[in-house]
Amino acid sequence: MVGLATSFGSGAMTNSIAELEEADVLLITGSNTTETHPQIGRNILRAVDRGAKLLVIDPRRTDIARQAHIHLALRPGTDIALINAMMRVILDENLADDLFISMRTENFIQLRDYLHRLDLAELAAITEIDINTIREAACIYARSSKSVICYCLGVTQHTCGTDNVQAVANLAMLTGNVEKKHSGVDPLRGQNNVQGACDMAALPAVLPGYQSLEDMSIRARFEAVWQRPLPENAGKSLTEMTHAGKDGPIRAMFIMGENPALSDPHLHRVEETLEQLDFLAVSDIFLTATAKLAHVVFPAASFAEKGGTITNSERRVQLCRRAIPPIHDCRPDSEIIMELGRRMGCPGMDFDSDAEIMEEISLLTPIYGGMHYDRLAENHGLQWPCPDRSHPGTEFLHKYYFARGKGQFTITRHQEPYEKAAEKYPFTLVTGRGSYHHYHTATMTRNSRRLVREYPQAKLEIHKDDCRRLNIADGEMVELHSKRGIVRISAQITDRVKPGTVFSSFHFFEVPINQLTVSAMDPKSKCPEFKVCSAAIKKVNHD
Amino acid sequence: MQDILTICNYCGCGCGVYLSVDNDQVVGSYPSKNHPISRGNLCSKGWQLHEFIHSDKRLSSPLLRKNGSLQEVSWDEALDFTAAALMTAKQQYGPDSIGVLSSAKCSNEENYLLQKLTRAGLGTNNIDHCARL
Repeated sequence: MVGLATSFGSGAMTNSIAELEEADVLLITGSNTTETHPQIGRNILRAVDRGAKLLVIDPRRTDIARQAHIHLALRPGTDIALINAMMRVILDENLADDLFISMRTENFIQLRDYLHRLDLAELAAITEIDINTIREAACIYARSSKSVICYCLGVTQHTCGTDNVQAVANLAMLTGNVEKKHSGVDPLRGQNNVQGACDMAALPAVLPGYQSLEDMSIRARFEAVWQRPLPENAGKSLTEMTHAGKDGPIRAMFIMGENPALSDPHLHRVEETLEQLDFLAVSDIFLTATAKLAHVVFPAASFAEKGGTITNSERRVQLCRRAIPPIHDCRPDSEIIMELGRRMGCPGMDFDSDAEIMEEISLLTPIYGGMHYDRLAENHGLQWPCPDRSHPGTEFLHKYYFARGKGQFTITRHQEPYEKAAEKYPFTLVTGRGSYHHYHTATMTRNSRRLVREYPQAKLEIHKDDCRRLNIADGEMVELHSKRGIVRISAQITDRVKPGTVFSSFHFFEVPINQLTVSAMDPKSKCPEFKVCSAAIKKVNHD
Repeated sequence: MQDILTICNYCGCGCGVYLSVDNDQVVGSYPSKNHPISRGNLCSKGWQLHEFIHSDKRLSSPLLRKNGSLQEVSWDEALDFTAAALMTAKQQYGPDSIGVLSSAKCSNEENYLLQKLTRAGLGTNNIDHCARL
């Protein structure tokens, strides 16, 4: 989000999901779309059926990569080298959109000069992709005026994640593929309300609607409505809180609907941090790994037992409707927060309905200014920015001008991942969401009988050549080691990964793969490098 | 039987889905044909959306750690204890000693309230959620 916000002025998907279907070229990078965003995947495949070209950048041969006209199977962590190579080709072939660049962007000259100094053959060698394949993909992308880029955590979960995103934004601006329907840059959001949680400023350095914490007039507005002075300094990010370690600065935590004891990198460190807190309260629907460490656990109502709105990837704010009353003695999180607020003497914690909370949100958040419940109910939601009651919502962003004024080119340089494969740890471990049937830490999907039946246990994807060399059979339990930990996991012989690379998901608490991952993160976005760490496979001794 | 139109709880696509309700039990889920994203389709997770709601592993009562183990208590006891513990941390070590994690699985209204409570009530900007994970 930081990356795209720097380039364009807004970190959200520029297009609508339905537009993807009408695009002529789709460049999908770091997204296993058909498994993790199935309905967006469906739109992409519909476009391909119509004759669109599909380009996929992914170290794994995922299902969508198999459907691609060109699959750019790069070495993990070399996205910038690849995008820079594509941009260099576009310059060499004279395919840049000069008019767009001069009217709508800034900083181009610096980027152009930098790209001219790069050696194409060297970049191709870094990515381990054939130079002609890169050239062909770059030309296909640049020659169409309806080219869309979709990216996901495969791009952001690197120590250079922000730069990766800016490289992608550079590529789109270089060819003028933003500002209009059917062309843009689309970060796909992993969870149902990541977009909304960001919009609402569940973030340490902004106020709702991405408004500046430092702007005095904005602060005054919030302070007037909230009747309290606002804290001045930006707060700590999630990993800064959960990795503070023993005797860290955080002494008490309140965690609502999250499971950092399974989802965060370098889990031993997270456990150590959470265990030594003076106080930990968790609100969740199940007794998660995190809740087991808490002093107080609140039983929360599930999505079916409460109302409220959520915002999807395409910025569409949608109404959820209560289907049943809370089961057992559960309560919606909104009630829990307000009860706590009242007990702590915080003013403005006595709303009677979700609609009334939204009124305050609309009042303080210009992009949500016209999000009223009666309108949301009539329209299958509305897409922000929607500044007032008469505004129809916004289908695609950056028409006529970027949110920040001019689009900003940023020079992005290749850097090697934090951890290199070494003699002791010769494999590169990539982690992510690994199944069509499971979701994040699988708190919900593993309580779903049929989903468990379809995908009962964690698997480690190992290339068939590596399996043959190490004499590993399909389904055999192996040990996966990194400098930080060991897990036991079932081997899956495959050609989805390349030799030397292995892949697994973090869905299964019995195989906490994040005990192995590195906590090194992008310095700007604080996004951890889940996509690259060094690992070794060892056979389990059965005697 | 009643069919309630709501939004799927899993990924960021945001499909329109109907929950079939019988006697306060959610017994099925099926896609909305008119919804701009789902258009009559769901993935395997969406079709099974109702399955975890009535799981017997759902938490059923507030829990408080007493003598090392989590024990069932009343809402008032759990809420009072939490409010007091957070205020104690604030007084002893300052507002920035408290960390709050909000959720990409909760509603906009809940996220808004929690960041408001964190900023206006606790007096810190230490709030984040797992957008990057």
